[in-house]
This record gives sequence, C-alpha cells and structure tokens, in this order.
Amino acid sequence: MSFLELRDITKRYGTLNAVSDVTLSVEKGEFVSLLGPSGCGKTTTLQMIAGFVEATSGSIRLDGRDITHAKANSRGLGIVFQSYALFPHMTVFDNVSFGLEMQRVPKAERKDRVDEALGLVHLSPYAGRYPRELSGGQRQRVALARAIVIRPPVLLLDEPLSNLDAKLREAMQFELRDIQRKVGTTTVMVTHDQAEAFSISDRVVVMEAGRITQIDQPYRIYEHPETEFISRFVGKTNLLPGTVQAINGLAASVSLAGIPVEIDAGGLVSGETVTLCVRPEKLRLIAAGQGRLPGRVAERYFLGSQWLYHIDGPLGTLMAVTPNDGSAPLETGVPVGVDWNPSVVRVHRGRLAEAPDPTLEAQ
Amino acid sequence: MSAAAPRFPTPLILSAPAALLFAALILTPLVLTALLSFNEFEHATGRTHGFTLDHYLAVLTDSYYLEIFLRTFRVAALATAICVVIGVPEAYILSRMGNPWRSVFLLVVLAPLLVSVVVRAFGWSMLLGPEGPINAALMALGFGRMRLLYSEGTVIVALVHVMLPFMVIPVWTSLQKLDPAVEQAALSFGASRGTAILRVVAPQILPGILSGSLIVFGLSASAFAIPGLLGGRRLKMVATIVYDQYLSDLNWPMGAAVAVLLLAANLIVMLTYHRVVEGHYRRRLG
Repeated sequence: MSFLELRDITKRYGTLNAVSDVTLSVEKGEFVSLLGPSGCGKTTTLQMIAGFVEATSGSIRLDGRDITHAKANSRGLGIVFQSYALFPHMTVFDNVSFGLEMQRVPKAERKDRVDEALGLVHLSPYAGRYPRELSGGQRQRVALARAIVIRPPVLLLDEPLSNLDAKLREAMQFELRDIQRKVGTTTVMVTHDQAEAFSISDRVVVMEAGRITQIDQPYRIYEHPETEFISRFVGKTNLLPGTVQAINGLAASVSLAGIPVEIDAGGLVSGETVTLCVRPEKLRLIAAGQGRLPGRVAERYFLGSQWLYHIDGPLGTLMAVTPNDGSAPLETGVPVGVDWNPSVVRVHRGRLAEAPDPTLEAQ
Repeated sequence: MSAAAPRFPTPLILSAPAALLFAALILTPLVLTALLSFNEFEHATGRTHGFTLDHYLAVLTDSYYLEIFLRTFRVAALATAICVVIGVPEAYILSRMGNPWRSVFLLVVLAPLLVSVVVRAFGWSMLLGPEGPINAALMALGFGRMRLLYSEGTVIVALVHVMLPFMVIPVWTSLQKLDPAVEQAALSFGASRGTAILRVVAPQILPGILSGSLIVFGLSASAFAIPGLLGGRRLKMVATIVYDQYLSDLNWPMGAAVAVLLLAANLIVMLTYHRVVEGHYRRRLG
C-alpha cells in the first residue's frame, strides 16, 4: 500500500465540482507534482491533503491512517505556502522553531534542529532577522526550513517558487530537489509551471477542470501526452489535422490537406479523423524540395541555446526548434523542406475542437 | 536658484482646504480657550480680564477636581479595556463570516453610530430607570428594585456601547490586511486554534488594537452626553464640570482651564500608551 493515498476525492462547491474523483498514490520518498492551469483544482487537492478544505467525498490515507476528516493541526504535515505565510512578528529562528514548540520538543533539541534546518537552507547567519528584512528567495528558504524542521511525513509545496524571479526560481528548483533528496521527505508540489514540474519531479500529475488526465514520469508526459489538452499545455506542439486514407499492415497513410504521411497504424481505421502532434524540436529543417513538407521561414526567434522558427507551408504555420550549433541561422523568406522521424509523431483520434490557445503555453 | 521653472506647489494647494478648515475650526477655538483660561474672573460682574494662573492652581490643588479627573480616566480606561475584550473577538469573528451575514453584522456593529448619542442615552435611562423594564423584571423575580442609573458602571456600559464601533473598525481593517495563510501555517504546524490566534494573529493586529484603544480612550475621557445624562448630578466627569463652569457658574476661564488640563492629560496618557505599545512592536512589524 502506498504511503499517501487519495481515493476518489471530490470537492463540491454548490453545484460546481472543484475537484472530481481524484485518485492518486504517492510512494514514500517520492516527489510528485500536480500540474495544471489556474482553476484546475490542483490547489484545492493540496488543501484537502493539508486539511484546510474538507473533501465532499472520497478518502485520504497517510501511512495507513485515514486522515480524511482529521483537523489540519493534527496531521503534522509540513507546508510551504505560495505567499510563504511566515510569521512576520517572529525572527527567522522563532519562525522555524514554532512547529517544534507546538510539538513540545525540549528547548535544547529545538535549538539544534532549528540550526540544522537553517544550515540546510544556507540561512544560518540570518537566524536573528525578521522576515521583512529578508529577500524573496531568503523568505522562501525560511518557509522551507520551517516545514522540514518538524520532520513531516509529507511535505506540501503550494506554488513554492512562483514569487521568485526567473533566475532565482531555477536555482531554487535544484536546491529544493537537493534538499528533498537529503531529507528524503515524501513531497507533493502544486505548480502551473511545467518546466518546474518536469525538472524536479519523479512523477507529474496533470490536472484539467478538476480531474486528473495523466499521471506519469515527466519525460513520458512530454513524449506521450494522452490528451490534446496535455500536448498543448505541456510544452509547444504542432497539431496537424488529417484523415486516415489507408491501412497497410502496421502502417497507416494519413492525408494532411492532401499530402500523404505514413504513421503507425495502432488500431486506426480507414476514413478516421486524426490529429497528429509533432513537437517543434522533432521537426528537421532541410534543403528545399526534400522532406515531407515544403515550407518557407516566416519568422525566427533567438532563444539563446536554440532557434525557434515559424514555417509557413500547406498546413499553415508550423513551429520548429533547432539547437544553436553556432552556425548562422536561416534567413526569413528562405524556402526549406520539413522532415521528421515517423516514430516521433503522436496520434490523437478525432479532430481538434479549437485552435491551440497560445496563452496556455505561456503560463 | 536654478533656471528651472518653479515647481507648482500642488501638494500644498491640495492640502490647503483641510489645513484652513483645521486652523479655523479647531486650532483657533483651542487657542482662544487656552488664552481664556489665563484670564481673571470677577464673580460680581462676570467680566474676564488680565492674566492669572489661579484657575490652574485651584484645579490642581483641589481634591474635588482631582477626584473627578481620576474618575474620568478610570472610566475611560475601563471602557477601553472592555472595548478591547469585546471588540477584538467581535472583529475577528466578523472577518471570518461569509456574506451576507458579514454585511448584516457589520451594520449591527455600526448601528450605534446611526442614532444620536442623546437619544441613546435617554434610551438607556428609560431602560435602567427605577420604573424601567430591567427593574420591573428584577421586581418580578423577587430581587427588589436596584439603583442602576447614575453609577459609574452604567456610564461605562453606555460608553462601551457607543465606542465599540471605534474599536471594531480599526481591528477589522488590520485583520483584512492579514494573509489568511499565516493562520493556516500556524495550524499546520500543530498549533491549536487558540494558540494560533494568540501567538500569530493577535500580535499582527496589535496596531489596529492600539489605534482603536486610542480613539476609544480619547473619546471616552472627553465624553459629555453619556456621563451628563446617565451619571446625573452626582457622578461628575471632567467634561460635565467644564459644562457646569461655563453654563452654571458662568466662570468661563475656570471652565477653560479644566478643559485645557483635560486635553493635556489626555495627550500624555495617549502618547505614553502609544510609545509603550508601538515601540515594543516597531522593529518586528515595520
């Protein structure tokens, strides 16, 4: 049995289901992220684990104990809040010591453990400061130290890095993972930032409209998104609508606006409408006249380590990303050929209901 | 001077109306009152002239006045303390209510401000009077008639009723500024609800409690209508003797001296309190 188990958790507000039938098992020591856009129910799920929101139905078990209806202050979980929620009238030391005090840990031991936790987050010299005298990143570390010092069975992180600037956020990601590995605490993180979720999680839980749509390892979610929503929400993707023309054994021929493309048959039937998903970095830009599709460079964007091209062609505009190998990029207006390896194409059955929403990817 | 065009003094101009109003309606009468308090008073003619410190000496050396000052500050301090005890939890509960109940109860809290003090004081005296419903109830229950009016207790209760909104509103405001996650954090670290409120919420709303109690104390110490109507002739407070000096004895300079002393005493008490409490928390809350 898993260490932390959510079974059919539902939270209803009036007629609205904020979270519907969420079932999730987290193993001891695992780092799991709940990923999804705003309003997908990920924070409500976290709050139900924390005990701030009571589940309408379903059960939550922690280490074999049913905590579905236990009060927040009896669960003993370590929580890092999005706003950090430090106690502004207490010093860093007192903030970190608070949870131990509540557990009636003897004073001498308390001091040792607070010192140890502050050392872990590199804040030992700041023990006597008040939170308002610290920078955002330092406050974040205090919040983390405060949560891990009580040695919680589960660490809950609610958008822990969203208030930091980009550079600090990246540094803190790795540090967070490093600390989590050192203390070995089972961790559940909520985030809307896929890069954050992918880089440090063992498994990612993608949520959409109150439901879990996929639970998998980060690279598998990226490479094998199970729904169109995920393929659009997670990273950038080219969605190519088409129709299955013929099945030839293991291969299927799909017509994309009249251009035939071979893909794996995988249970498709002739005449079926499908959407092919190809990630921009899987497209190869080659000499004009070659490859599967003709195209023309419409725009190019320099991303430092990569070039992002918008390629106009018979299927509309495609995004292609090529590594910056130091050579000069393609000029806009240049005709190119677009090619890809058949194994990188993901097939979704059915047609897209709407055009991809770029703001979803930006989030 | 530099060649740059003189800056248009917008801040000055914008604050001018308030400054003029303040100077004309508050500062001028205060200065006139202060000047008046140094005038000599002729009982025979009622004329005021010259310069003397007699009135101040009379007030400061007469145990009659000292007793009234002590009573005034005792009543104000007790009313403030009770307002803190009732008003702070009230504001906390209010801030935790959902709509529409929050709006309803906020209106209930503010309701005393919507009725004239005088009307309210008469209401209290009808309620507590010898023939009032409370005494009628006491009689019916066999306790016998009690003298409720014209006591310090009644004045304090009535003051608390009037002053409560002045405590609830600032505390409520500082509660609004509180990050609700901070209290959740305390709970998540195993604090009981009571501990969370005492150790985490209360220290953060201290500035609200501080300003609320300053307002309540100041208004209570200089309250006139409530002690005048519910304290009666026997239970005098400073504001009521100022009134008596002005309108019964017609000794305006004496009344002015008492008023100035009340203002000074009030200022000293409030500044000291402010210093002690705020100084204690300045570094922490910034």
